[in-house]
Amino acid sequence: MKSALRRFFDGDLWYSFRRSPTAMVAAVVAFTCIFCALFAELVAPHNPMDLATLELADSRLPPAWLPEGSSKYLLGTDDQGRDILSALMYGSRISLLVGVASVLVSLAVGVSLGLLAGFVGGKTDAFIMRLCDVMLSFPSILVALLIDGIGRAVFPNAHEGLAFAVLIVAISLTGWVQYARTVRGSTLVERNKEYVQAARVIGVPTLRIMRRHVLPNVTGPVMVLATIQVASAILIEATLSFLGVGVPPTSPSLGTLIRVGNDLLFSGEWWITLYPGAMLVMIALSVNLLGDWLRDALNPKLR
Amino acid sequence: MTALLEVKNLRVEFPTRRGTLVALDDVSFDIAPGEILGVVGESGAGKSLTGAAIIGLLDPPGRVASGEIRFQGRRIDNLPYEQMRRMRGKHIGAIFQDPLTSLNPLFTVGRQLVETIRTHLPLDAAQARQRAIELLKETGIPAAEARIDQYPHQFSGGMRQRVVIALALAGNPQLIVADEPTTALDVSIQAQIISLLKRLCKEHGAAVMLVTHDMGVIAETCDRVAVMYAGRVAEIGPVNDVIHAPAHPYTAGLMGSIPAMDLDRERLLQIDGAMPRLNAIPPGCAFNPRCPKAFGRCREERPDLLEAGATRAACWLHDRSVAAVAGGAR
Amino acid sequence: MNVLVEVRDLVKTFDVSAPWLNRVIERKPRQQVHAVDGVSFSIERGTTLALVGESGCGKSTVARLLVGLQAPTAGEVHFGHKNIALTLASQEAAALRRRMQMIFQDPFASLNPRWKVQQIVAEPLTEHGLITDRAQLKAKVGELLQSVGLASGDMEKFPHQFSGGQRQRISIARALATEPEFLVCDEPTSALDVSVQAQVLNIMKDLQRSRGLTYLFISHNLAVVRHVSDQVGVMYLGRVVELAPKAELFARPRHPYTRMLLDAIPDIAMSGRARTPVQGEVPNPLSPPSGCSFHPRCPHANERCKLERPALLSLNGIQVACHAVAEGRI
Repeated sequence: MKSALRRFFDGDLWYSFRRSPTAMVAAVVAFTCIFCALFAELVAPHNPMDLATLELADSRLPPAWLPEGSSKYLLGTDDQGRDILSALMYGSRISLLVGVASVLVSLAVGVSLGLLAGFVGGKTDAFIMRLCDVMLSFPSILVALLIDGIGRAVFPNAHEGLAFAVLIVAISLTGWVQYARTVRGSTLVERNKEYVQAARVIGVPTLRIMRRHVLPNVTGPVMVLATIQVASAILIEATLSFLGVGVPPTSPSLGTLIRVGNDLLFSGEWWITLYPGAMLVMIALSVNLLGDWLRDALNPKLR
Repeated sequence: MTALLEVKNLRVEFPTRRGTLVALDDVSFDIAPGEILGVVGESGAGKSLTGAAIIGLLDPPGRVASGEIRFQGRRIDNLPYEQMRRMRGKHIGAIFQDPLTSLNPLFTVGRQLVETIRTHLPLDAAQARQRAIELLKETGIPAAEARIDQYPHQFSGGMRQRVVIALALAGNPQLIVADEPTTALDVSIQAQIISLLKRLCKEHGAAVMLVTHDMGVIAETCDRVAVMYAGRVAEIGPVNDVIHAPAHPYTAGLMGSIPAMDLDRERLLQIDGAMPRLNAIPPGCAFNPRCPKAFGRCREERPDLLEAGATRAACWLHDRSVAAVAGGAR
Repeated sequence: MNVLVEVRDLVKTFDVSAPWLNRVIERKPRQQVHAVDGVSFSIERGTTLALVGESGCGKSTVARLLVGLQAPTAGEVHFGHKNIALTLASQEAAALRRRMQMIFQDPFASLNPRWKVQQIVAEPLTEHGLITDRAQLKAKVGELLQSVGLASGDMEKFPHQFSGGQRQRISIARALATEPEFLVCDEPTSALDVSVQAQVLNIMKDLQRSRGLTYLFISHNLAVVRHVSDQVGVMYLGRVVELAPKAELFARPRHPYTRMLLDAIPDIAMSGRARTPVQGEVPNPLSPPSGCSFHPRCPHANERCKLERPALLSLNGIQVACHAVAEGRI
């Protein structure tokens, strides 16, 4: 472990990171958001989930620096007295969890299918690629809505866990195609390399070659994709929650908060929409920038 | 007779984050007009870099750190981009290793030839096309009038290399830098291309700097040869003498490791170890860790090119100014 | 006569037709490439057969057919008097694979860049369950590395930390792990520098002597072939045109293509021998010439050569496929 860490810090990736101010700022922002989200209980000033602590009298307060605001609620409160700042942190946790989980599922599905298509070739390859083409012809939001709708119809009184699972599956189904295609391309290249042929001459079975030889060598570009896709998964979840078909109302994500705020926008309480929106943009942007930097850093042609 | 090309104490460096790598270290040689000079060495010796530095196509961050390159008496290593561009093609032609990537696949062969001709010679379109057809005929492409309008992918590897040679000769250059022109070709085609290159250059009066790792090609084509090792010139001299009576132990080892067609040997002569990486060149003579004849001085002082019979070798074994030579203080 | 490997009328055809849709719309015919078109030879235990030829002659395909990487379209490969196609489909496949191994051309692509050398060399042992104890495995890997001239400690490094020649030696160590009897070597030194090539060839010869190995050595370099082989087979467009003991082939080449190849080799000795000018290029394998595929380039071709494919005939201890030789014309 120690030698691996030493190798990392000695390597070109860390060097490139230190020389890129964008990457460093993006990393700091992203990690701060993630930290706040993960440790919301410790960091947040209030707990908006706990209905007992809410005071209706404190509802619709503007941010602290405005005349009617209170320093107890730094960014103001919503129509039920929930502290916006705390809600941001708890909300980002939900958004991040859903985003990362969907990317992980997409990765698992996409990489496996891509490996299979690239390595086995023939009709399997053709079938999987046509499947990808079909998936791409549907707009991702519609696919997510469809799966979600089916989920709700099949499990009408689903408890929270199941609702989350359906949502994660819905979002992952929109994203796996990119991984499959990228991995398939890399697999086609690696498959013809002599080390794979050497393994075949030794007599290693196909599945083991795919898993132990080819997979470690095709994951590079996939890492970059995954990082960027986290941002897009979070945005899709936010959109779905905004439309009311995302996370269950008991665990509001940033999208839910934006929706709630949206209804109140015209009565002048802008802070309820703005701050969750800004948080969403910050997370998505910093993760995207990190992904961009990673892609350029890993590209041997740009070195 | 003034030399056509003079390379004096050329030093090419690559600044990297781990320090500066010296890829060419104090390289000097001349090429006379009409002469064919071979530059031979193994991978990493710096022979391709020498060619690139002369044509002015060093990949950044590589740069000429010191030394001079003079063409017909004028310095060309410090020319601005525009002037160097005009030099290329008109005075110095280039042939690279891979004929597939040397030609633009989107344009016909004729168009690329005509474009090059008109860049360097004051001809109109019809005259340039005529000259292009003549060039193609000279390089042995059958049915040149018809093939001039074909695309590179319609030619075979050997034919493409002939087109590249025609392109290099289009502006009537005085010097041609050929970097491994036959390495990517089959043996029988290699022979054709080598003899073509030799004949055409003699006919056009062009000097050639032939960079290759293949001693056989050098033996067939060149008048003189420079042997490079770790970015330095190890030995330079007439081709017959360098091959049959090498003065530098590296050249001797190299010749011994080549399987010969006329000798049956049980084992090939082996030089143990490998060429040092650019960031780990030993002090003194770069070859000393692998040299069977190394002694004390070799490990401390870097040898200059010293007279050694018919050739010049960078080896202390040939330093006549010192009384005790081989077997000296170890 | 202890024949270990025997190949009879081996044929391998690749379908390179355009996709079905293109064929229907553009009315293109199905296209086949006869990469290997009826090849027969045998290799005696402990000897080396070299297959030599230019690009597209099918020698690499023969190598892959012999190790079972591809299945032949027709014909048989016998190893130890048993048909390998049947063995590979049966329970004894693993045992067969232990007895034959392959070394590849590209030292940079033959080793998985993400695996440590220990894992790479140990893979055949772990795959076949020959050694399960970790300490024993490490010891065996160390022993294998030492047998090819590397240090035992090198097993902790990654491939990119080694030079081309060293990586090729790691490939050899891996190939020897299961103590095979037969090694197929596909251009093992073509990508290496001359002095490194000498090291690798010496090691291969030493190993053959000490372990009684049998080699099939594929190469396009006749000088290397002359150094390592006992028997030589010359291939052209998928067919064997001449098969003879090494001394015979080089001293008295019979087939016109063999003569052309030998003539085309650059002559380091510069003995000034007269060379027959080489004609033409290797034809497109998609549309090979009729009859004897060499006839367009052959100075001795007659009408029969254009119509009838010559069979491989035995003649004074060698085998030649040439009408002119059979008829006594040359």
